[in-house]
Amino acid sequence: MIEALAFYVLAALVLGLAVLVITARNTVHSVLFLVANFLCVAVLYVLLAAEFLAVIQVLVYAGGIVVLYLFVVMLVNLKRSTELDEDPRRRSRLGFAAAAALLAEITAIVAYSWTRNPQPTFAPHIPSSGNTQEVGRLLYLDYLVPFEVASMLLLVAMIGAIVLARKEAEGERSEASGEERAERSEPGGVQGSPPFKR
Amino acid sequence: MTPITPYHYLVLAAALFTIGVIGVMVRRNIIVVLMSIELMLNAVNLNLAAFSRQLDHVVGQVFALFIITVAAAEAAVGLGIILAFYRNKDTLNIDDMSLLKW
Repeated sequence: MIEALAFYVLAALVLGLAVLVITARNTVHSVLFLVANFLCVAVLYVLLAAEFLAVIQVLVYAGGIVVLYLFVVMLVNLKRSTELDEDPRRRSRLGFAAAAALLAEITAIVAYSWTRNPQPTFAPHIPSSGNTQEVGRLLYLDYLVPFEVASMLLLVAMIGAIVLARKEAEGERSEASGEERAERSEPGGVQGSPPFKR
Repeated sequence: MTPITPYHYLVLAAALFTIGVIGVMVRRNIIVVLMSIELMLNAVNLNLAAFSRQLDHVVGQVFALFIITVAAAEAAVGLGIILAFYRNKDTLNIDDMSLLKW
């Protein structure tokens, strides 16, 4: 009873905050609504007896990713909203229609499986050991290789983000152009990749 | 009040995913588009957690963890690209990002 009440309240919060995220004119407000949305989803994970996932959701999503978004929003500092200029090539109605078609498709799938199995209930949850322990056992025994691949992915993404977002320092740039000049002076020299134009 | 079944979570996740799709297709600010993608990933995670609860096995949660990892990597690289693009073009409008279109 209390669980059902909590679910309905949280579901309404999640959907309302998601709508606010995509409708807010101010991008900073959008990011803040996103934090609240992630926190509500974390509480839903607790309802689903996935405590470790809830903690990771709060730490990584609400704590890490959203702060990254906030930093970028503050860095770019738009003078005017991007939504103001109308592009005649843009067809927003088509986007709504595609989303409606997708929703109809998913609803059809859910309804079909509901006709097959009308009343599935959650099995009574009897934890044999802690949720974190179970996740850890599965992660480090059965899914060790994907785990390592994920860590490699994070490393590559970190390096990529640094390379992409780095502003070229002035001294470095003049040094690079000096090298370029030196390469140009000797005929037949292998031309390195040109430095990024800003 | 009927007890909460997996279908409740499926319908919630479907609605959340659709909101994310609308955000991706309709908004022009690329940061909001990236945030909508995060919303969609969250909907998928919710589904995985619900099925993990229904089948009483934590493998769904492990996959949700992998999705969170990929989302973090995607956000970092995507925001780096956005910063580089903003420095070059002074805009965040995705309609202006048509250099490779045709």
